[in-house]
Amino acid sequence: AAPRLAQRGRGGGRPGAAAMTWSATARGAHQPDNTAFTQQRLPAWQPLLSASIALPLFFCAGLAFIGLGLGLYYSSNGIKELEYDYTGDAGTGNCSLCAAAGQGRAPPPSCSCAWYFSLAELFQGPVYLYYELTNFYQNNRRYGVSRDDRQLSGVRFALFHPANECAPYQRSAGGLPIAPCGAIANSLFNDSFSLWHQRQPGGPYVEVPLDRTGIAWWTDYHVKFRNPPLVNGSLALAFRGTVPPPNWHRPVYELSRDPNNTGFINQDFVVWMRTAALPTFRKLYARIRQGNYSAGLPRGAYRVNITYNYPVRAFGGHKLLIFSSISWMGGKNPFLGIAYLVVGSLCILTGFVMLVVYIRYQDQDDDDDDD
Amino acid sequence: MSGPLQWARYHWRRLTGRTTSDDEERPYSYLSLLACGGKSSQTPRLAGKHRVVIPHLRPFKEEYEKFSGAYVNNRIRTTKYTLLNFVPRNLFEQFHRAANLYFLFLVVLNWVPLVEAFQKEITMLPLVVVLTIIAIKDGLEDYRKYKIDKQINNLVTKVYSRKEKKYVEQCWKDVTVGDFIRLSCNEVVPADMVLLFSTDPDGICHIETSGLDGESNLKQRQVVRGYTEQDSEVDPEKFSSRIECESPNNDLSRFRGFLEHSNKDRVGLSKENLLLRGCTIRNTEAVVGIVVYAGHETKAMLNNSGPRYKRSKLERRANTDVLWCVLLLVVMCLTGALGHGIWLSIYEHVPFFNIPEPDGHTVSPVLAGFYMFWTMIILLQVLIPISLYVSIEIVKLGQIYFIQSDVDFYNEKTDSTVQCRALNIAEDLGQIQYLFSDKTGTLTENKMVFRRCSVAGFDYCHEENAKRLESYQEAVSEDEDFPDAESGSLSNMAKPRAHSCRPVHNEPLGSKPSRQLAGSAVAVGSGEGASEVPHSRQAAFSSPIETDVVPDTRLLEKFSQITPQLFSLLDETVHHPPLETLYIIDFFIALAICNTVVVSAPNQPRQKSRCSSLSGMPIRSLEEIKNLFQRLSVRRSSSPSLASGKELSSAFASRLPLLSRLKLTSPVGEEESRLSESAQGASSSACCPETQKANSEAGLANGRVEAPSGRALASDLCYEAESPDEAALVYAARAYRCTLQARAPDQVTVDFAALGPLTFQLLHVLPFDSVRKRMSVVVRHPLSNQVVVYTKGADSVIMELLSAASPDEASLEKQQIIIRERTQKHLDNYATRGLRTLCIAKKVMSDTEYAEWLRNHFLAETSIDNREELLLESALRLENKLTLLGATGIEDRLQEGVPESIEALHKAGIKVWMLTGDKQETAINIAYACKLLEPDDKLFILNTQSKDACEMLMSTILKELQKKNQGGPGQASLRVDLLQPPVPQDSEIRAGLIITGKTLEFALQENLQRQFLELTSWCQAVVCCRATPLQKSEVVKLVRSHLRVMTLAIGDGANDVSMIQVADIGIGVSGQEGMQAVMASDFAISQFRHLSKLLLVHGHWCYTRLSNMILYFFYKNVAYVNLLFWYQFFCGFSGTSMTDYWVLIFFNLLFTSAPPVIYGVLEKDVSAETLMQLPELYKSGQKSEAYLPLTFWITLLDAFYQSLACFFVPYFTYQGSDIDIFTFGNPLNTAALFIILLHLVIESKSLTWIHLLVIVGSVLSYFFFALAFGAMCVTCNPPSNPYWIMQEHMLDPVFYLVCILTTCIALLPRFIYRVLQGSLFPSPILRAKHLDRLTPEERTEALKKWRGAGKMDPVTSTSAEQSAGKSGGRPMPGTLADFAMNPASSCAFEQGNISVCETALDQGCCETEA
Repeated sequence: AAPRLAQRGRGGGRPGAAAMTWSATARGAHQPDNTAFTQQRLPAWQPLLSASIALPLFFCAGLAFIGLGLGLYYSSNGIKELEYDYTGDAGTGNCSLCAAAGQGRAPPPSCSCAWYFSLAELFQGPVYLYYELTNFYQNNRRYGVSRDDRQLSGVRFALFHPANECAPYQRSAGGLPIAPCGAIANSLFNDSFSLWHQRQPGGPYVEVPLDRTGIAWWTDYHVKFRNPPLVNGSLALAFRGTVPPPNWHRPVYELSRDPNNTGFINQDFVVWMRTAALPTFRKLYARIRQGNYSAGLPRGAYRVNITYNYPVRAFGGHKLLIFSSISWMGGKNPFLGIAYLVVGSLCILTGFVMLVVYIRYQDQDDDDDDD
Repeated sequence: MSGPLQWARYHWRRLTGRTTSDDEERPYSYLSLLACGGKSSQTPRLAGKHRVVIPHLRPFKEEYEKFSGAYVNNRIRTTKYTLLNFVPRNLFEQFHRAANLYFLFLVVLNWVPLVEAFQKEITMLPLVVVLTIIAIKDGLEDYRKYKIDKQINNLVTKVYSRKEKKYVEQCWKDVTVGDFIRLSCNEVVPADMVLLFSTDPDGICHIETSGLDGESNLKQRQVVRGYTEQDSEVDPEKFSSRIECESPNNDLSRFRGFLEHSNKDRVGLSKENLLLRGCTIRNTEAVVGIVVYAGHETKAMLNNSGPRYKRSKLERRANTDVLWCVLLLVVMCLTGALGHGIWLSIYEHVPFFNIPEPDGHTVSPVLAGFYMFWTMIILLQVLIPISLYVSIEIVKLGQIYFIQSDVDFYNEKTDSTVQCRALNIAEDLGQIQYLFSDKTGTLTENKMVFRRCSVAGFDYCHEENAKRLESYQEAVSEDEDFPDAESGSLSNMAKPRAHSCRPVHNEPLGSKPSRQLAGSAVAVGSGEGASEVPHSRQAAFSSPIETDVVPDTRLLEKFSQITPQLFSLLDETVHHPPLETLYIIDFFIALAICNTVVVSAPNQPRQKSRCSSLSGMPIRSLEEIKNLFQRLSVRRSSSPSLASGKELSSAFASRLPLLSRLKLTSPVGEEESRLSESAQGASSSACCPETQKANSEAGLANGRVEAPSGRALASDLCYEAESPDEAALVYAARAYRCTLQARAPDQVTVDFAALGPLTFQLLHVLPFDSVRKRMSVVVRHPLSNQVVVYTKGADSVIMELLSAASPDEASLEKQQIIIRERTQKHLDNYATRGLRTLCIAKKVMSDTEYAEWLRNHFLAETSIDNREELLLESALRLENKLTLLGATGIEDRLQEGVPESIEALHKAGIKVWMLTGDKQETAINIAYACKLLEPDDKLFILNTQSKDACEMLMSTILKELQKKNQGGPGQASLRVDLLQPPVPQDSEIRAGLIITGKTLEFALQENLQRQFLELTSWCQAVVCCRATPLQKSEVVKLVRSHLRVMTLAIGDGANDVSMIQVADIGIGVSGQEGMQAVMASDFAISQFRHLSKLLLVHGHWCYTRLSNMILYFFYKNVAYVNLLFWYQFFCGFSGTSMTDYWVLIFFNLLFTSAPPVIYGVLEKDVSAETLMQLPELYKSGQKSEAYLPLTFWITLLDAFYQSLACFFVPYFTYQGSDIDIFTFGNPLNTAALFIILLHLVIESKSLTWIHLLVIVGSVLSYFFFALAFGAMCVTCNPPSNPYWIMQEHMLDPVFYLVCILTTCIALLPRFIYRVLQGSLFPSPILRAKHLDRLTPEERTEALKKWRGAGKMDPVTSTSAEQSAGKSGGRPMPGTLADFAMNPASSCAFEQGNISVCETALDQGCCETEA
């Protein structure tokens, strides 16, 4: 061993040889550290999955899931929904006229129709009014990217220099920047609704106040969407030098008469700009929470006046109007509750299977042990 | 990362210049074979291209410019990059990787506006990260190389400068071809140079090549012929010769050229004249040489071919699956493209959510679909895991770190632990099916212990020596805990000797030698206290167990008959009755001188003993004698200018013994006498004068100071041998007071007790090579004055070369025949005891015969081309008509723990083959001793002389085996056709196959390969004996390529290098035979027994870990990417991603990258203890159970299911609501993160706090990122803007409910499967894991039961019981003998069998049963 040692000593002098062994911690000798980590003896939790361990787990999880599922199911069931397809398919009401009239023309002419319904009992509040579009691919990639967030957040430079993603709705034929640019803004949903309540049969229709504010995300309305800085106190001046999207009848600063709800921070606009994830989607139109209607819609006859502008028949879409109450879990959706119930029951079932397995194979193990 | 390692590996290679040829397929080099064998079968190449070297001095300036000016100088540059070209070149190199090209392609694709899916910059991110990491790694590596290059280039050496007329210091880098360089002792040779001068009076120079091949023993180099005679140093000014040699090549073992003097005389140059760059000058004060190759043209640099790259089986498997993923990706993209086209074409008009091109027109659905295909490729790119390759690299580094930190691999004696030299094949360790092992040095200790000898037909069994060995073993086992085991055993050694040796020596041998021995004993015993020097001077092969041989009493008695008068008698009456005595004398002389052992004194590191022995001489007489001697002596060993030898022989021969005795050996005697007076002053001042003057080296000064202790110095000589056998024989001779005193190139001095010091004029040495299997020395006997050839070699070779019939002496012939027969019997006996046998023979030549031979030999030596063949022929002419003197038996003891390891490996289902150069009987016995063969194995021996016989025998054995094993008679051949070895049925009998080298040659031929493999597949163990290095590698290659199995080769010597390089995994045992095997290996261990843990534990772990991690990576990517894919069905296949791009990229790059890496490094399915106790568990790795093609597809299916669950639960939950794209994506992402992490937890078999930390860290980093990004990114990253989404969700109970439900549904099937698997059909691994959880008592119970349960596996269980019964520690020589008796006693010939093959076989087929 001795000459080898000597040789090693020489070898150590060579820079290459010293680094050859991994253990840079070579403390003169090459003996590796004897620690739990280097020797891979760290205390470890060793989950050994077997029926006996999984058994209680399955039962517990199953019970918990069933409990959750029941809760979800009942709260979903407690939510009332009232919907009406006003696309105007033939024979579905007076919106069919509008639908027929607007066919093939863009922009379609303004057309009004109405939806009559009556409630036999109180529609528990707070009631939300949604519109729903089907078969509308707001999530189409090229559609979804066609916007300029900087422009929408009120950056003046971006207002006049819309992002290229907005093309072909970036600049008008005259070369003026479009504000708001992009396909999403251009296709802004522009039907409008008003709700009228007839307390007594034959009585006059009273307009139900629709709260059109607070329908967008607070952060969207307050942070993300900003109007460009006013010029001489006027929003219209601020937008001077831009043109509205081609499909729009009026410029963006005239979307609403309310100065806090116009321009880019118009809540309908903000809601629309939050592009839907799925081709069938709802968007919140208004909340009903004022006056006598804060507790909900009392029974009686109702009429919804619809300004029918938005063409959907070209792509086979439908427009729906929905009244929905709301709970802690949002809108009506029985799926989650049912899914929890199913999974919970499956867990219980598996638990029983495990029990059988446990009993039978435990015995066998014991038999083996007896050998 | 792998930086330091790879760099170090590279540099190590660079420094050592390992011979790895650049063969494309399996690089293994014949060069290394040559290096060990010495015989070159290489055809001369480069015959036409020669290089001319002219001295780099002014008189030859023109000529120099013409010839040598263009040769590269000595500056080296091993770096790949410079500052300027780093970026382009590194990128270029990196893009050689297909995966990187693919990702580059994606990036480029994303810049095409029509198909872009992400923001352009984001797609580049992963690629840039990966490229940067690797570029930094490469840059650091290269920088280190640069620093080392600089350091080496700036080393200083002494180059002759004409201007100053002396040697001046210059940097290595400024050395050019043709420079004269003067080196002192212990300096490193800066460039390949031809040796022109050495201060050594004999013109030799000792070098140590540890920098080249790691061998620490000294080698001799010779000054060019014609330059030794000059007394003074060669004067560069007067040097007017030119050198012509071959063009630079990488053959370390060859150098051909000649030196042409101005008078057109040519002197041949050989590798003996060449000092290679990187060697160190030792034992020689100073040398001068002329540079012939410099810088990158030196042999050491040319040999340096960078690190080898092996691809592991698992990685190959993974690569095919990556291709499957590519296919899957294409299918998915095609679906997307088709879907998009169809979706577009259902609309009569262009819907306004499908916006037209900027120029207003719309794209046709077909074209849009085509574009969409590419968009989809970008979107779904994560399916091809770019991070997989990076992660695999990291995991492998981690695994190797743990392998190297395992304390169990640490060997205290050599202070070495396992070395992982290949970084990327650790997981292959877990899949080995065939193991090819060398015997000597690998299974055995390669500590050669002289056991017995047979002289003149009498066997001397050396019983006392055997006893000594046993007591030594006990001493060692007692002292194993000593921190310094060496000193412990040393001091213990003194004890047994104290009562066993002394009495034996003292009486018969007189006082003088015993005093010497006592001196040495004192020196050894007090060594530890006195100084470290004597220790470290223990030469490589000389642990006390080897050096101290206790003589046989019977033989000693015969020694007493030896008197000097014997030879005077001999001169007159040649054939006197005490012929046996003469035999004994010759025998021991042969032992002492027929070798290449270098003698050195212990106290003077690397100083030849001659110098020290001269130190006692008065200056006067020394110089006188020297002058006298120089005038008379024939200096050159090789072809000593024949004329002068002849002329002088008569006059000189009578005086030579006297002179040489005067010169070399009398100092010893004189010294003793003088020491007894008061010689201190004299000896210290009289140290050889020119040495004193010229050499200021510390070593020598040291020697002078310690000269007073000259007695120990003279007696305790150190022998440095190239092989341990040689050393063992020299030590054995020393035990009989026939001590090798000094060795110079032209003479050897032996101190023969009864005859006094004898100096043999060494006329010639024919070195050992593996073709001749023998070595010879030609000496002029000082007493008889005859030319005597002493030959030592393998018995089979020597026996054939014995004089067939000497016509004159019938009686002598008769005696020879008797001796031969009896010796043969003894040899057989030795072999059955597992001893290595050597035969010693001699031949007396007349001067004329010798002269005749010498002339021919001279011709052979001076030829430049096929010199090797001519030399071989010349050797054959000399080594014939030999007279047998006797034989020796050397024991090579089994290494500790070898039988246990082999048994464990057997149980692990690994087929172990032993490939050895040893003879059949020795090999079989070692095989029994190390449990390679069980006593009740059926043994088949293939030993035939012709191919037909071999074929016939093989088919006979095959039939026999198939008859016996009803398990699958017909299927076997079928299976071999399918290139699958039949799995031996457990109920079958075990069989072992022995095949000899000659037969192996036939078996390896094309048409017998198949049959041979079929035969071996029936056998549990195969032993190939008498195999040459080339055959070893061919066997490995055959098995590897034809059976498509994972092979591992383990060996320790240069002869195993080729085998190590051919196998899937090569393991080198850093043993006694230098570092060549280690240099060529992928892993280097210090002892064979470490192999079992390396394979069974680390191999298993590495394989399981890595395969599980790779599968997990595939799963992870498929599961995640499919979420995007499913979404395409709801967005018109438009390539929308519902996740923010940053999250998408970071999901793989950050949030889920660390856990699998940790899993890959730390996962522990079964504890190390259990894996060692139940080697059967290894079989799962052999069958690749952790990663079968099916496993891959099941994993993908599971990934598909999980992604479906993960997508559709949120989908149905949010269906028809006002959810927006990124709000919809958020729960998908979050659930996917939990699913992917918890999936890992389910798959993990052990979780430590590190796992926990990393998993929790991943989750936290995800949420932190999402929250921070959601809070700060108001308008950034358009159009995917996750502003405030996570915050909203964190307040929404539905989000949590969705995530929980999704995670549960996704993981439930796998969880249930794992639970059921754990209870209903646990794999052996799982069952073994149960053991880990038990208390120690329960555990032993359970282990017993487990082994008992192996009733379906009777072979392993019986062997287990046997092992329990028999393996009581390491096999003693006694047990070895027990085993040895087995085959011999129960060698039952089955007649039916024999009758078939008898006709064809000469050696017969011995079928053994127990």
